Amino acid sequence: MDLFEYQARDMFERHGVPVLQGLTADTPAEAEAAAAKIGGTVVVKAQVKTGGRGKAGGVKLAHNPAEAKEAAEKILGLDIKGHVVKRVMIAQGAAIDKEYYFSILLDRSNRTFLSLCSVEGGMEIEQLAEERPDALAKVAVDAVNGIDLHKALEIAKAGGFDDAMAAKVAPVFVTLYKVFVEEDATLVEVNPLVLTKDGDILALDGKVSLDDNAEFRHAEREHMERDALDPLEAKAKAMDLNYVKLDGEVGIIGNGAGLVMSTLDVVAYAGERHGHVKPANFLDIGGGASAEVMAAGLDVILGDPQVKSVFVNVFGGITACDAVANGIVGALNTLGASATKPLVVRLDGNNVNEGRRILADYNHPLVTVVATMDDAADKAAELANR
Amino acid sequence: MAIFLNENSKIIVQGMTGAEGMKHTTRMLKGGSNIVGGVNPRKAGETVEVEGKSLPVFGTVAEAMAATGANVSVIFVPPAFAKAAIVEAIDAEIPLAVAITEGIPVHDSASAWAYNVAKGQKTRLIGPNCPGIISPGKSNAGITPSDIAGFGPIGLVSKSGTLTYQMMYELRDIGISTAIGIGGDPVIGTTHIDALAAFEADPETKAIVLIGEIGGDSEEKAAAYIKAHVTKPVVAYVAGFTAPEGKTMGHAGAIVSGSAGTAQAKKEAFEACGVKVGKTPSETAALMREVIQSL
Repeated sequence: MDLFEYQARDMFERHGVPVLQGLTADTPAEAEAAAAKIGGTVVVKAQVKTGGRGKAGGVKLAHNPAEAKEAAEKILGLDIKGHVVKRVMIAQGAAIDKEYYFSILLDRSNRTFLSLCSVEGGMEIEQLAEERPDALAKVAVDAVNGIDLHKALEIAKAGGFDDAMAAKVAPVFVTLYKVFVEEDATLVEVNPLVLTKDGDILALDGKVSLDDNAEFRHAEREHMERDALDPLEAKAKAMDLNYVKLDGEVGIIGNGAGLVMSTLDVVAYAGERHGHVKPANFLDIGGGASAEVMAAGLDVILGDPQVKSVFVNVFGGITACDAVANGIVGALNTLGASATKPLVVRLDGNNVNEGRRILADYNHPLVTVVATMDDAADKAAELANR
Repeated sequence: MAIFLNENSKIIVQGMTGAEGMKHTTRMLKGGSNIVGGVNPRKAGETVEVEGKSLPVFGTVAEAMAATGANVSVIFVPPAFAKAAIVEAIDAEIPLAVAITEGIPVHDSASAWAYNVAKGQKTRLIGPNCPGIISPGKSNAGITPSDIAGFGPIGLVSKSGTLTYQMMYELRDIGISTAIGIGGDPVIGTTHIDALAAFEADPETKAIVLIGEIGGDSEEKAAAYIKAHVTKPVVAYVAGFTAPEGKTMGHAGAIVSGSAGTAQAKKEAFEACGVKVGKTPSETAALMREVIQSL
């Protein structure tokens, strides 16, 4: 999960990273009140998870509360690269002397952590990496030893800080590493990290990505603002299903992330022969799925008005094909006459004969059992194109 | 021969007494694996009857190894405790630890891996979030069904469990030397390259199928490794051509970020290194069939 800027700011503050005051506002009136509370010059910033806010008019300077209200009026509702602004952050203004860059992230390729650091901050990191690669230090960070003051100084010096400035930023790096670990983040980025004209170091803008697998040890995140889910994704999530809404016509249910990804591809290829129909979703019912889980999955997919046909593709490892078949039967019985979309089913593996027998006995006019994945994908695409 | 796991493998199960552990201990025993005990500090000293076999439960991996001569551990411990279980296996220096557990925080797997490196990598870690490893007819450490394919000349390495099963099934008439599911998490113990190196050295393996998916750069690295070091024929498959950017497709590691990690880039990397890539699992199996016939 990626955090909004204000969430990253709040998180930094909780951990003792130096930040400026920042308050959120969902209406121009709230923005005016927040600016009055902070006092002085403020910056009104659109809270959207995309870059290029400034260029899109999503960041405005306001010298007094009335200007902050005016700025919020312009920014709220703005569409920035498909993200509609629903909330702004009113941030305290700062007299900036210099802008730096610091981040710590999971380096998947080397199975370790990596810190990036540069005295040349402010621009997008991708741009910096491309235009001034020598100015961007990449320092491997061991996941056991982490970043202590000594390591932080090494990173700062590699990033081009002189001794005096390195001594000043290093403690902030140590605190940011603490954020990275204690919050189970996969990315903590500060861009820019600034030196103010008063000589203070401040994290002016932050980007934080959190590991979804670690949510069990962060109960406090339950009420955090999250991206608005597609209604079908929300429904699937409530049923603990691993579902991603896509844009096509062929509903997909399978077991195992790899097989489902593969099924999407095979359906897309088959769609090239049948009016360019495409997969409507990713849905992994997981290993050892019961008939109930299967039925819940079908319920979500059949609720997608775009879906014209459904392809159930199961290779039973732990999942038993008879449970899958019973789930299909159960779901169709519940739906009764309201079931109108054809189902193509391919079963192999654990208890396949029993699964096929259950579907053969059920003999439902909407259900077609096909022997192989390729042929089943072709059939599902053909039915979606009718 | 086979790789990493063979008829001499003696397996213990960490988390054997839990629901998943019991279910899969039973399945592994039925499939012919030599399971010699389990580990659960709260049930140390007890015995569990599985498939007509009395399995002792030990307090630690080290005790289990000392008492049974175990050289493989399969880990079914829930995510919150999985790091401690993996670290314990590393401390005991068990030669092979297979972490099946799905949903382990990446900070835990990254620090467990760093710990293993610091300890000199005496333990080969497979996973986490994987189906494990099977050398058909010899041993099975994990959750792969034992009867999909028999022994044969094809080595199989895959990020995905069900695609492993699918590919074993497609190639069941030829047979598998070892099939290893390395897992779909961002940080894993055994990589495509580790498996390729072992298959290259294994006289029973004549050809290799490599299955990848979107996310990370394991496939690109594997492609370069194959070009430089692998003499046996390799056929590859990559899942996720239709995956949109920024959406995690089931596996924690299966995400296209910007231009990185796309299936197309991986396919091109393989082809640039002379590795044939199947468009679908069935086409991949057909390519491997041609390879085997030409040997």
